[in-house]
Amino acid sequence: MIHQYKNNGYNIVLDVNSGAVHVVDDVTYDVIKYVDDNLSDKFSGLSDKIIIDDFRKEYPEHESIGSNDLEEIIDEIEELIESRELFTEDLYEKPIEDYKNRPTVVKALCLHIAHDCNLACKYCFAEEGEYKGKRELMSYEVGKKALDFLVANSGSRKNLEVDFFGGEPLMNFQVVKDLVKYGRSIEEKNNKHFRFTLTTNGVLLNDEIMEFANENMDNVVLSIDGRKEIHDMMRPFPSGDGSYDLIVSKFIKFANSRNQEKYYVRGTFTHNNLDFSKDVLHLADLGFKQISVEPVVAKESDEYALREEDLPKLYEEYDSLAKEMVRRHGTDKEFNFFHFMIDLEGGPCVYKRLSGCGSGTEYLAVTPTGDLYPCHQFVGDTHFLMGNVDTGIKNTELQGEFKSCNVYAKKECRNCFARFYCSGGCAANAYNFKGSILENYEVGCKLQKKRIENAIMIKAATSE
Amino acid sequence: MKHIKTLNTKKLSNTVKKGGCGECQTSCQSACKTSCTVGNQSCENNNK
Repeated sequence: MIHQYKNNGYNIVLDVNSGAVHVVDDVTYDVIKYVDDNLSDKFSGLSDKIIIDDFRKEYPEHESIGSNDLEEIIDEIEELIESRELFTEDLYEKPIEDYKNRPTVVKALCLHIAHDCNLACKYCFAEEGEYKGKRELMSYEVGKKALDFLVANSGSRKNLEVDFFGGEPLMNFQVVKDLVKYGRSIEEKNNKHFRFTLTTNGVLLNDEIMEFANENMDNVVLSIDGRKEIHDMMRPFPSGDGSYDLIVSKFIKFANSRNQEKYYVRGTFTHNNLDFSKDVLHLADLGFKQISVEPVVAKESDEYALREEDLPKLYEEYDSLAKEMVRRHGTDKEFNFFHFMIDLEGGPCVYKRLSGCGSGTEYLAVTPTGDLYPCHQFVGDTHFLMGNVDTGIKNTELQGEFKSCNVYAKKECRNCFARFYCSGGCAANAYNFKGSILENYEVGCKLQKKRIENAIMIKAATSE
Repeated sequence: MKHIKTLNTKKLSNTVKKGGCGECQTSCQSACKTSCTVGNQSCENNNK
């Protein structure tokens, strides 16, 4: 299976199953398309002359291209087929099935350290921190049990991830500090290493917290949407006042104190700012080097939800952002955009790429009272309650459903070129929009595909 | 090659042989929390 597209002057051919990315000239692009469309066995048994004659009939615009050039192109294509970098088959279904059937270990927890928030963001899936429940904070005892649960269920995995999430986790900062201390105290005897991360809206951020985070947090995620008017519109205080002015200088200081590494400023774009590339560039122009601005996940009835008809504008925005990133490449204005980052050399293995995000199996969310859910987006929906930190996983049937969720279990993914980059997409989005974790959220898929195309184009442009 | 430039040298099929060690970062812990992105993550298999 191949995927071909043109973007920013580059002709790109992605060989989906090998992951090979080829940048080709105009004629080669059409020859590859001709071969894909017409020759089910590719070149077997056909002379170059027959192929060339037929190609010229189908693509009269290339009539003037000499036979020698076309023979050269065919040779190059054959060479790639031979080296298994073009028109390769998907041979991974059985290995992935076996992989998914291995004993489950837990390696990451999203700790809902505070089901409370000091902002009233309009798009919050956590409903100002309440998650369909009441406002409450996680106690040290519950958090400690969660870390013990993680260690006990992590098998031979050494690296364990714990995200302090909310609501707003800094509303319960003492417990964060105490849990980091506890986690460190049990690492050596269990041969584990905790990677702690913190997601914050910045309202309570101060020098002491920054210093603590710089010593203890592998990553911090700083919530800011971009331009002041956009941020303040969607991320107000409960009073209605905007929060931009309070947080922006603190985030700049925080990012600099981390040497512009191991953090993301993380924003959400909605129907209200379809021109979100301006928000990304606003953040870049403030000096941030690690930026993630992502599409909102909302019910179709929400006025700020993204709709199918927004897609052409959003595609334009991704294209324009990608071009700007190419322009800034190698200058001091260069920055990383999370959704355009792609590793063509040292990226993850096929198992990681195809086995799904891990929600409900290796990744779980823990509520302030210690209840376990498949991930933070399912918290509060009691249908998805899996157990708690005292009893462990009790709903093994549900766990089995999540365990079986991978790209081969999703019919839409089987023929999608993006499956090696999104791992089948977000289970919560699928459930929220289609009622099943084995379905696909189409708008999300379309945006994902666009981002992958842009990410590869940037690689092509910056490899010159 | 004159007409085709291949950007990467690593083939996905080669990663099947080493098995999945599971040491890499969980997708959602990175930044997103609302999508699933794996193509940008690093392999942490020490035996690769």
